[in-house]
Amino acid sequence: MPLDFYLNATLSGALTGLVYGLMALGLSVIFGVVRVVNFAHGEMMTAAMYVAILLAAALGLDPLVAMFPIGALMFVAGYLLQRTLINPFIVRPEHTQFMLMVAVAIILVNAQLLIFGPNARNVQVEYALDSYAIGEIIIDKVRVYAALAALAVAAALFAFFRFTLTGKAIRACADNHLGAQVVGLNVKQLYAITFGIGAACVGAAGCMLLLLVDVTPVQGPGYTLLAFIIVIVGGMGSLTGALVAGLVIGVSEALGGLLILPSAKSMATFAILILVLLFRPEGLLGRRA
Amino acid sequence: MTLEVRELDLYYGDAQALDKVSLSAAAGSVVAIVGANGAGKSSLIRAIAGIETPRAGSVRFKGEEITGLPSYRICDRGIGQVAEGRQVFPTLTVRENLEMGALLKRARPRLAATLEEVYALFPRLRERAGQAAGTLSGGEQQMLAIGRCLMGQPELVMLDEPSLGLAPTVVQEVFQIVRQLNERGITIVLVEQNVAASLKLAARAYVLENGRIVMQGTGAELLADDRVRQAYLGL
Ligand SMILES: Nc1ncnc2c1ncn2[C@@H]1O[C@H](COP(=O)(O)OP(=O)(O)OP(=O)(O)O)[C@@H](O)[C@H]1O
Ligand SMILES: [Mg+2]
Repeated sequence: MPLDFYLNATLSGALTGLVYGLMALGLSVIFGVVRVVNFAHGEMMTAAMYVAILLAAALGLDPLVAMFPIGALMFVAGYLLQRTLINPFIVRPEHTQFMLMVAVAIILVNAQLLIFGPNARNVQVEYALDSYAIGEIIIDKVRVYAALAALAVAAALFAFFRFTLTGKAIRACADNHLGAQVVGLNVKQLYAITFGIGAACVGAAGCMLLLLVDVTPVQGPGYTLLAFIIVIVGGMGSLTGALVAGLVIGVSEALGGLLILPSAKSMATFAILILVLLFRPEGLLGRRA
Repeated sequence: MTLEVRELDLYYGDAQALDKVSLSAAAGSVVAIVGANGAGKSSLIRAIAGIETPRAGSVRFKGEEITGLPSYRICDRGIGQVAEGRQVFPTLTVRENLEMGALLKRARPRLAATLEEVYALFPRLRERAGQAAGTLSGGEQQMLAIGRCLMGQPELVMLDEPSLGLAPTVVQEVFQIVRQLNERGITIVLVEQNVAASLKLAARAYVLENGRIVMQGTGAELLADDRVRQAYLGL
């Protein structure tokens, strides 16, 4: 196969990977601060994707525009979920948290099956078939747009954590829980905001991904797992790590699909996970414990 | 009375940490709490601050009942804390740490002005403003913990072993600062393993043993008491 064939695949994998990275960023933010693993992450993203499909059908909204109201909606949903359901579980043993989040995930999958049926759906945007050509390399327009949107949201998130008092307070909670109580931070509220931010991230990522893939109700668990793998590969608690690992996984999926079999793309993902666990258990950008 | 604690009971599971503890602090005074390791001094401070929930008893601040309020509400009433082990935010910068102290409703509008005051009190913190708090020396971290507490514009400050693990000259400095805060009109509750120094500073002092107040008096009275001298001053 010619070289530009691989270049094409690498580039498009990297662009998709940035969207994966944003999805995983949501999981990483929630875990890093609230210390709860959101096992309903992929299911929440799927829910956001269905809302985007509805908005596209009803109002003709481009998913990249729908991303804003959907992000806001997901923030509110995440905030309330944390405030009402998850908060009482924070101090309970991890396996009960796990059961709770799995229950939320199962309810979401079944609700989606009930409402939307088992068939795959998608959104057709006008520019779905457009592409940019740079020499021999051809890139889909949708992929470029999705990746740029993912980068923009990630940059906004970094700025939020770095420059706003609320963002700093969330980092303070993650840094020292007792210290946060000592200075009088409203930790419960900050946890709920954090969960909302994580949900908004994954909701936005879902809108971007909708330009690239079909949606089915049963896809949720697969994306939860993928987000989980990306967070581990990138390093628990490292936001840049999640983005970088998303990129790596995106590229590996694309090349794995090309070199081995299209259906074997997640094999490459797991191979990377195993290699990282063996040789760099703290993750690519994680801090050594 | 600025602070009035009545018959406070605190349990960790089945283990009782505080048993009918009562104490009071007059406005603008220094109150010392003395006790051996595990006596319950930190538990008492955390219970007053709302970080632990007492099983029985009451805490009143400036005449108002604050028992059972969440910690952020109690802080917002004007009770600040310099906790055991300093509890700074290690990956946040010094400046960010200080800002975190001022997110209370009572303090937020004056954040910038208070920050200047704290920098004036601790010039070292201004020099290190952009540095991660985890990279500071123990003494600097203690100054940061005190500065962060002041950012909340407290009327009462509870300090839990602020001189623990510090070099003698720094210990001097810490006591100097406590005196200064008190001169500014801040009521102080001081827990110190440096018993002599804290009793000298204290208008009123309490001895805590196994979660109970076993002795109380003016600082001078306890300083002259044979049992206190034997048990806590090694005389
Ligand atoms: N979070 C906790 N959970 C369970 N038990 C605790 C907890 N914190 C303190 N204790 C117990 O409560 C008792 C009082 O502890 P506390 O830390 O309040 O004592 P202290 O007087 O501050 O001691 P020190 O001088 O060592 O700081 C001790 O027996 C301690 O083991
Ligand atoms: Mg203690």
